[in-house]
Amino acid sequence: MSTSIEFDHHADRSHMSVSDKVAIEITGMNKWYGNFHVLRDINLTVNEGERIVICGPSGSGKSTLIRCINRLEEHQEGSIIVDGTELSSDLKNVDKVRSEVGMVFQHFNLFPHLTILENCTLAPIWVRKTPRKEAEEMAMHFLEKVKIPEQAHKYPGMLSGGQQQRVAIARSLCMMPRIMLFDEPTSALDPEMIKEVLETMISLAEEGMTMLCVTHEMGFAKEVANRVIFMDAGQIVEQNEPNEFFDNPQSERTQLFLSQIL
Amino acid sequence: MSDLSYVRAEMLPEKAPPVSTSGAVGWVRENLFNGVGNSILTILSLFMVYLVLSALLPWVFSPTWNAASLNDCRTILAGHEGACWGVINERWPQLLFGFYPNGSEEGTVDQRWRPILTFVLLFVAVIPVLFNMISRRMNWVLLLGALGIAFVTRGGVLTMIIGVALLAGAAYVAFQLFNTNKVDRAEEIASGAKRLPNPLIFSAVFPFLAPWLLWGGSIWGPIGALLGFVIGALVFRAVTAVAGSLMGIIAAVLSAVIWWLFLMGGFAWAMESIISLGLEPVESRKFGGFMLSITIGVVAIGCSLPIGIVLALGRQSDLMIVKSLCVGFIEFIRGVPLITLLFVASTLLNIFMPPGSNFDIIVRVLIMVTLFASAYMAEVVRGGLAALPKGQYEAADALGLDYWKAQRLIIMPQALKISIPGIVSTFIGVFKDTTLVSIIGLLDPLGLSNAIRADANWNGVVWELYGFIALMFFVFCFSMSRYSMYLERKLRTDHH
Repeated sequence: MSTSIEFDHHADRSHMSVSDKVAIEITGMNKWYGNFHVLRDINLTVNEGERIVICGPSGSGKSTLIRCINRLEEHQEGSIIVDGTELSSDLKNVDKVRSEVGMVFQHFNLFPHLTILENCTLAPIWVRKTPRKEAEEMAMHFLEKVKIPEQAHKYPGMLSGGQQQRVAIARSLCMMPRIMLFDEPTSALDPEMIKEVLETMISLAEEGMTMLCVTHEMGFAKEVANRVIFMDAGQIVEQNEPNEFFDNPQSERTQLFLSQIL
Repeated sequence: MSDLSYVRAEMLPEKAPPVSTSGAVGWVRENLFNGVGNSILTILSLFMVYLVLSALLPWVFSPTWNAASLNDCRTILAGHEGACWGVINERWPQLLFGFYPNGSEEGTVDQRWRPILTFVLLFVAVIPVLFNMISRRMNWVLLLGALGIAFVTRGGVLTMIIGVALLAGAAYVAFQLFNTNKVDRAEEIASGAKRLPNPLIFSAVFPFLAPWLLWGGSIWGPIGALLGFVIGALVFRAVTAVAGSLMGIIAAVLSAVIWWLFLMGGFAWAMESIISLGLEPVESRKFGGFMLSITIGVVAIGCSLPIGIVLALGRQSDLMIVKSLCVGFIEFIRGVPLITLLFVASTLLNIFMPPGSNFDIIVRVLIMVTLFASAYMAEVVRGGLAALPKGQYEAADALGLDYWKAQRLIIMPQALKISIPGIVSTFIGVFKDTTLVSIIGLLDPLGLSNAIRADANWNGVVWELYGFIALMFFVFCFSMSRYSMYLERKLRTDHH
């Protein structure tokens, strides 16, 4: 199913440049849930402007990995440095990283008691101290970008899944993040709606946003990613640029995985 | 296989539902006579209703309103069944106000305007909190009008002048209110027209004004208490700018407590000796009737919600000590009957107080009932918190909101909305529980009903008194219940 989606416009990857500035640096990171070793010796460097797709079977730790990057999960060993700030138990650093890193969830997690516009302006107003008027203008700008400005005064419950996910993307963008994390953004959507969300993500990639994306959409990975990471049992098993990864997987585990989903 | 092939040529338009299922006829058929069994049940039920009403109504509509005693009633009714409403006619002021000075004793003046004014102002203070459909100016009309009437009816030249001025103000605002329509006004406001101050200011002042109106005494006491909060707020603002919000909170609480404990008494005394302004003091033992129930109920309801929220959050806290304190408090209070707490308030507390200290009995009861209600409220709010998906916390975190902002903007609005039915049930329960104070000798309506029946004139009257009290309680509790339904409807955001 995933590969059957064709995109209206093909992303021109040539101008999506990757700088050599480091955005995220993870070294020797380990994490346990109780006694269960979920992430094992993760080493990953992400440059600014890089678009990384992380795939792997369920329970392989891919969501946990990106949730560690904005400390929704705590890691126990190793270091994670995001944009020069090391994540530790220091709450100031955590808040700083969180306001620089946008996150889009599988189940959207919009705030159901607030309108679409309020969802988008809440964090800029309360965290960034942006004046309300300015925040609203910015929110409308991003809602136009995800192509739903006309829904601004509705509540999330009145929108379709695809629209909600696009609002969630706009909400993150309103904080002007330097890095965007996507945690299976299309897994809870009907097939008809997956495409509209993926297209929004592609246009974001074209603008040079640094993106880490946990997804099963291999079409999307081929289209925009400049690196695909395959994880299994809490470790990075293989990473490569997409053409190589899909056409010529090296590890047996990767070959098995690809043969099952493609 | 051409049989299986089908292509719709045009899409069907929408049609109205059949008449038999809509409209009055449809409703009756659907809800009352939907099959033989249901029709029989409907007829039986109507017959039952008829039986009850035919027995009750003649009893209720009995011409005994002016009877002076139970014997009078019997004479008037001449052997027919009927209620003896004379007791309500004679005693309703007492059922409402207890023994609050009504001017009947030598050398006293009728003070009952004070609880009445407090009750009216309660609504004025509560309206902007509970409803957002009443305009700011309407609120000020109500407030100025209520105060104006209170001043005008007091007599005396000065109060009369103030009262007339207030009424004139109310009339002026009302005139403006009815001369501009809503849409024009909204445009004026959008273009930066001057607005009246937010009526919530009065809602904040009311908790200090109400005790002064009810108990009387110097006005400088409540003003001093209010100043403590103002000082706390100023200190918070000053310290937070320099040393962060945690230090700000600590400094604010400290400075306010120091003010209340050491400085406020001197301030009140000094101001009183410069400008003596006050109402005649009324002792707590004169309080009674619905006035007492409402005082206890409103204080317990008003304080238990914020305390309950804090306890619920404390119970979820990661901090061991905070958590165990909250759990301990909630479980202890919920494990003890309210009666026990009230007995502790009325008898035991005095043993622990330093000799000679006089800790007002109503204040003691207020504290106990509030603590009792808070423990229940904490569990209701915790239920709401537990019902929130984890994703809401994560989304708030991921956007960089800190704990308090996330609680205030994301978590609490949703958790409280989920808990509305439970919260209002607790409110209703607390309000009805106020009748328990009759056991420790406070004269709430039930306590008074015993006193009234001890009167030789009314010995033997039962149904009328309890019926009246039940009706009054029903009015309050039913209003709360309807309000909660209105609130749930208003806060619904899932469709249209």
